[in-house]
Amino acid sequence: MISRLSVLLSLVVWLAAGAAGHAAAAPAPSPEVAAALTDLTGEDADKREAAVNVLGKTRDPRWIQFLSALRDGSVYARTRAGKTELVVGGSKATKGDQDIIDIAGAYDREPLGTVALSDLKELPADRRLRLAIKPFLDADETQAQLADPDPNVRRGAAVKLGNQAAAGTAPVVEAALKKESDRWVHHALAEALALIHLANFTGAERAQAARTLGGLHSESAVPALQRLAGDGSASADERAAASAAIRRIERWGLLTRTVETLFQGASLGSILLLMALGLAVVFGLMGVINMAHGELMALGAYATFVVQNWFRATWPAYFDSYFLVALPVSFLVAAAVGLVLERGVIRLLYGRPLETLLLTWGASLIIQQALRLWFGAANVDVSSPSWLSGGVPVMVGLTLPYNRVFIIGLAAVSVAAMYWLLFRTSAGLRIRAVTQNRAMSSCLGVRAGVVDATTFAFGAGLAGLAGCALTQIGNVGPSLGQNYIVDSFMVVVTGGVGKLAGTILASAGLGGLTKGIEPALGAVFGKVAILVGVILFLQRRPAGLFATRGRNAEA
Amino acid sequence: MPRREIVALAIAAFVVAVVLPICNTLPAGSPLAVSNFTLNLFGKFLTYAILALGLDLLWGYAGVLSLGHGVFFGLGAYAMGMHLMLEIGSKSVYQSSLPDFMVWNQVKTLPLFWWPFHSGAFTVLAIMLVPALFGFAFGYLAFRSRIRGVYFSIITQALALSAWLVFNRNEMNLGGTNGLADFKTIFGFPLNQPRTQRALYVVTALALIGAYLLCRWITLTRAGKVLVAIRDSETRVLFSGYSPAAYKLFVFVVSAVLAGVAGALYAPQVGIITPAKIGVLPSIEMVVWVAAGGRGTLYGAVLGAFGVNWIQSWLTTSYPDFWLLFLGGLFMGAVLFFPDGIVGALGRLGTRVRRIVSRRTDPAVSTPSVSLGRPTP
Repeated sequence: MISRLSVLLSLVVWLAAGAAGHAAAAPAPSPEVAAALTDLTGEDADKREAAVNVLGKTRDPRWIQFLSALRDGSVYARTRAGKTELVVGGSKATKGDQDIIDIAGAYDREPLGTVALSDLKELPADRRLRLAIKPFLDADETQAQLADPDPNVRRGAAVKLGNQAAAGTAPVVEAALKKESDRWVHHALAEALALIHLANFTGAERAQAARTLGGLHSESAVPALQRLAGDGSASADERAAASAAIRRIERWGLLTRTVETLFQGASLGSILLLMALGLAVVFGLMGVINMAHGELMALGAYATFVVQNWFRATWPAYFDSYFLVALPVSFLVAAAVGLVLERGVIRLLYGRPLETLLLTWGASLIIQQALRLWFGAANVDVSSPSWLSGGVPVMVGLTLPYNRVFIIGLAAVSVAAMYWLLFRTSAGLRIRAVTQNRAMSSCLGVRAGVVDATTFAFGAGLAGLAGCALTQIGNVGPSLGQNYIVDSFMVVVTGGVGKLAGTILASAGLGGLTKGIEPALGAVFGKVAILVGVILFLQRRPAGLFATRGRNAEA
Repeated sequence: MPRREIVALAIAAFVVAVVLPICNTLPAGSPLAVSNFTLNLFGKFLTYAILALGLDLLWGYAGVLSLGHGVFFGLGAYAMGMHLMLEIGSKSVYQSSLPDFMVWNQVKTLPLFWWPFHSGAFTVLAIMLVPALFGFAFGYLAFRSRIRGVYFSIITQALALSAWLVFNRNEMNLGGTNGLADFKTIFGFPLNQPRTQRALYVVTALALIGAYLLCRWITLTRAGKVLVAIRDSETRVLFSGYSPAAYKLFVFVVSAVLAGVAGALYAPQVGIITPAKIGVLPSIEMVVWVAAGGRGTLYGAVLGAFGVNWIQSWLTTSYPDFWLLFLGGLFMGAVLFFPDGIVGALGRLGTRVRRIVSRRTDPAVSTPSVSLGRPTP
């Protein structure tokens, strides 16, 4: 820790010294620049390009601005008293039969009044000149971004500068590093600086840079460090430092990947849970396997799409809040369709699960095709509200995207709501009663039909919510539901239908397992392995994790 | 087997296996001529019917609904396809002894599991044995742990999804998404000749008749009665001292073999087999053939396979947008309004007509209504 601090400290000192020197050298138009300006007015293309390079290399923001104006074709030459001078043109106007223009000084941009356009000669910027100017403007842009108020922009610029590793940018990075207060941008700047040093220094300083990068767990430094470790011309100390840094980075990478996998598993598990909650409750209550559940999810996603478009057209100013409206809307749309489905057809087939399976599959085909005919077969574009894009950085090399965090939260809230509904309300009491013994509940005055309808609608609404959440992380197309339906059925089968806990545990388990296996086996064989695992698991527990026991077990 | 069924079967077999191929040999202008295209289309339907028979035996009689029979169909079709690919030899586009897609995927040597398929005899065996073994392994695990009802259906659907994903992969060396295609000859006979196609058609028709007789025989034996008993109350069969798992496993393997044979006859007639035939949707479509035709009758399954596919080939060319809507409607209608399929609906209609006719001739005699006995899972 102390060695790391001292490294940082020495870096900072070194940087400060560099920055001070740079600041002193910058302004004052030197004879070199004056010559370049003269060359620019000439006809010789080679000389003109060389002049651009001279101006660009001053790294003076004002000359960079001048180059930008030159590229846009608004630099003019005017001859006054036998002397040619360069000016930058501003707004143009027409006065009488004359075109006039505001002009300003080339360097200081001091207004020089308004003159007739015919008195000026435009400095043409051909393709070659523009190409020569571009890198200076880009570099300037990146460096300007280091002062951007948005930390994400600053961080992006730091990463870019680190990847370019140009020696000339070191002082700028150093200066920014000193001023930076944001933890993650600070880290990115330190990393960029070390990368620049690694690329441009030799000897002990390079070894020091390698050690710094190791301490910063810089994933992007690995290729450069590997080159250094295998470089025969480097000293043993440098190579050892590089190898040690690589080992350190790799160990850290393993940790971040593990955390990331856990997180992705939780996120996938949450989606499965949102889907499976409705499925499992309906299955436990009515013995109905709802194959159209995936399409109800797709309906929720399309409802989100429609709400988004409506906001975009009607209240563009409040666009970011469309998602808050879309959440209940998608729930209601899917619940309404679920209600129609249950009252319309599924009710007629009570007690015949295989028939309802085929029936709901037919319904799913119809909904899917209807969506395709209405919205087109192509995926539709749902953009995230700004408060769901981006992510929260939790450790070096690991950023958790807000949208996935949101889905985990949504699943947690849904589970809580489900528990509350089932165990704290009288409606829940009736649902549990009908689940346990339909005939007896009916005898005691519970209207089983109403319970069925509301439960089915609620389950369908949860699918709609899942669809709404999915728009933030995946494509929205007519076959959206198909991708998740089989997986969520596996959750129901694995979890058993007796208890909510089974569904929760199974979705977390299958989600985590899927993401855990994926890196080793790939997505396809991972899925196959999960299926085999589920079949083998059912050998031990044929009715899932939490089976209904006793008299109710054999329906 | 009732006398009426024997007569009907004999007539149908004669028409399908003898009359149609003869009509195919007639010159194109004659009024009874059957074009090569039509015969080929019928050949495809016949393979579907073989598969539907097995599915009906499994679902209509034993009450086990499999949503993964596309996998067994695919296993048979790929076994046949692999032999046909090897038969092409170096006459392929790349002039290599390897199948074209392997050259394309830069596979240098023939993978080991392809080698036995050089032999025609092995291929014919594999067509039946591979689905049988796979069906046995899967069925053993599933039935032993008493996975039943919708649980079993869901597991088979997951099987279809996994198989589809796996067959789509290039590293399986089975042609990936494009599958196996461009077959040239079958056991030495050129596939582009109408004569070969006609012979294939006749073989398929004979296979269908054989499959029908086999399934009918099974339903007539004591085992067939046990199957129906399992469908109606598995727990009671278990408590009567039978092992439902063994019976279900047996019928599952039989239907898997039938599906494999259907696939093997499908590949050379259609000329291509891709993973698209294996997935979730085609597998569940096979179920609707049986449901629409009429469960637990065997001939209903054959009629359903013919009818649904005929409509499909007409709709997908004329009104492609409406095919899925129709299919969805068929699923719902078959379950809601025709639980015993076309066959049942026609049977009810016939009974009603007969009753009206008999009432008219002799109002004193009333025939009791005949119930076909709807299978309940």
